[in-house]
Amino acid sequence: MTANPNALLHRRDVVNELVRDRADLLVIAGLGAPNWDVSAAGDHPNNFPLWGAMGGASMMGLGLALAQPKRRVLVITGDGEMLMNVGSLATIAVEAPKNLTIAVLDNERFGETGMQKTPTASGVDLAAIATACGIRTSRIVRTMAEVSELRDLAHEGRGTAFAQIKINPEALVFVMPPADGVILTTRFRQSVLGDEALFN
Amino acid sequence: MAEAAKSRSEPVAALPTWPDEIYRVLKDAGIRQVAMVPDAGHSRLIRSFEADPETRVVTLTTEEEGVAMLAGAWLGGERGVLLLQSSGVGNCINMLSLPVICHMPLLMIVTMRGDWGEFNPWQIPMGQGTRPSLEAMGVIVNKVDEPDLVASTVQGAANLAFNTWKPVAVLIGQRVLGAKNFKELARK
Repeated sequence: MTANPNALLHRRDVVNELVRDRADLLVIAGLGAPNWDVSAAGDHPNNFPLWGAMGGASMMGLGLALAQPKRRVLVITGDGEMLMNVGSLATIAVEAPKNLTIAVLDNERFGETGMQKTPTASGVDLAAIATACGIRTSRIVRTMAEVSELRDLAHEGRGTAFAQIKINPEALVFVMPPADGVILTTRFRQSVLGDEALFN
Repeated sequence: MAEAAKSRSEPVAALPTWPDEIYRVLKDAGIRQVAMVPDAGHSRLIRSFEADPETRVVTLTTEEEGVAMLAGAWLGGERGVLLLQSSGVGNCINMLSLPVICHMPLLMIVTMRGDWGEFNPWQIPMGQGTRPSLEAMGVIVNKVDEPDLVASTVQGAANLAFNTWKPVAVLIGQRVLGAKNFKELARK
């Protein structure tokens, strides 16, 4: 049986593929379902899953990417979260960190609040916005083959990349990481910076 | 010639020294990332950082981006500072949840409007709301109204932020910056 090529992607298949063989990849997850998806793929000290701070995921990725130029940084967030601070794409395009990829899981819905439509449901093209800002590697992703290409870009690419991944608006079981921001911060810093991070 | 010599003997009136002093203080504090929405009061400091190959100056489209960016910087082991005008504090409010709940340092240097001598009534609501809204979010606020105290206030705020993992804001008052009056400029 072959899959319907027009079927929307399943978000957890997408995220599992993006973090496959993650090595020392650093992941920021936007609040809501992207947090649960990243956690479902496996809780990890190199994940920073957000429980709030809507609109901040991509800029956290920028600050982290600038601070850790030798590591790869992948931001996985939702369309509503990205739209809340879409100006970040202008800021990030200008800085153009070579080690940052932003993957937007676009279900065209505000999933946590009752599946209300977001502007992408009416055709707002985030990938085109990213392109217009100056992020040259920017695309809409609709197939798992394209997700695999994006995974390779995120792990090995040379330049800022952006993808708007069209996914099924399915509501899945919540898989939650630790909710305590101090735990998330401390374990991430300890993992990335070593035990020294505990002393300053 | 005599006139030039005279003006050189009065440097305080000619140029405030606090922007250069806080540049040194911030360098000594190990600041590597400078996130900012520009303000005239910060222009000299911004020029210093832009000329410094060790610091990355990032121009934001809105100030809350800087709160998130510096949280990411801290996760990656770098210290930063957010430079903004008091009106931009209002843009930061929900994003301040991030450093507050995660016990991350955040150093904000806020140049005031809607404060002493303000001419523009539209600056008053956010100017007067700056301190209470920051404090409502759990940010420690130090205001400075004396040019001679700006550097030590920033130094204390940097120590507090980076040693106790707190968001700290220094508000530089219009007594230090000088109040603009565009109406007078328009009449000239």
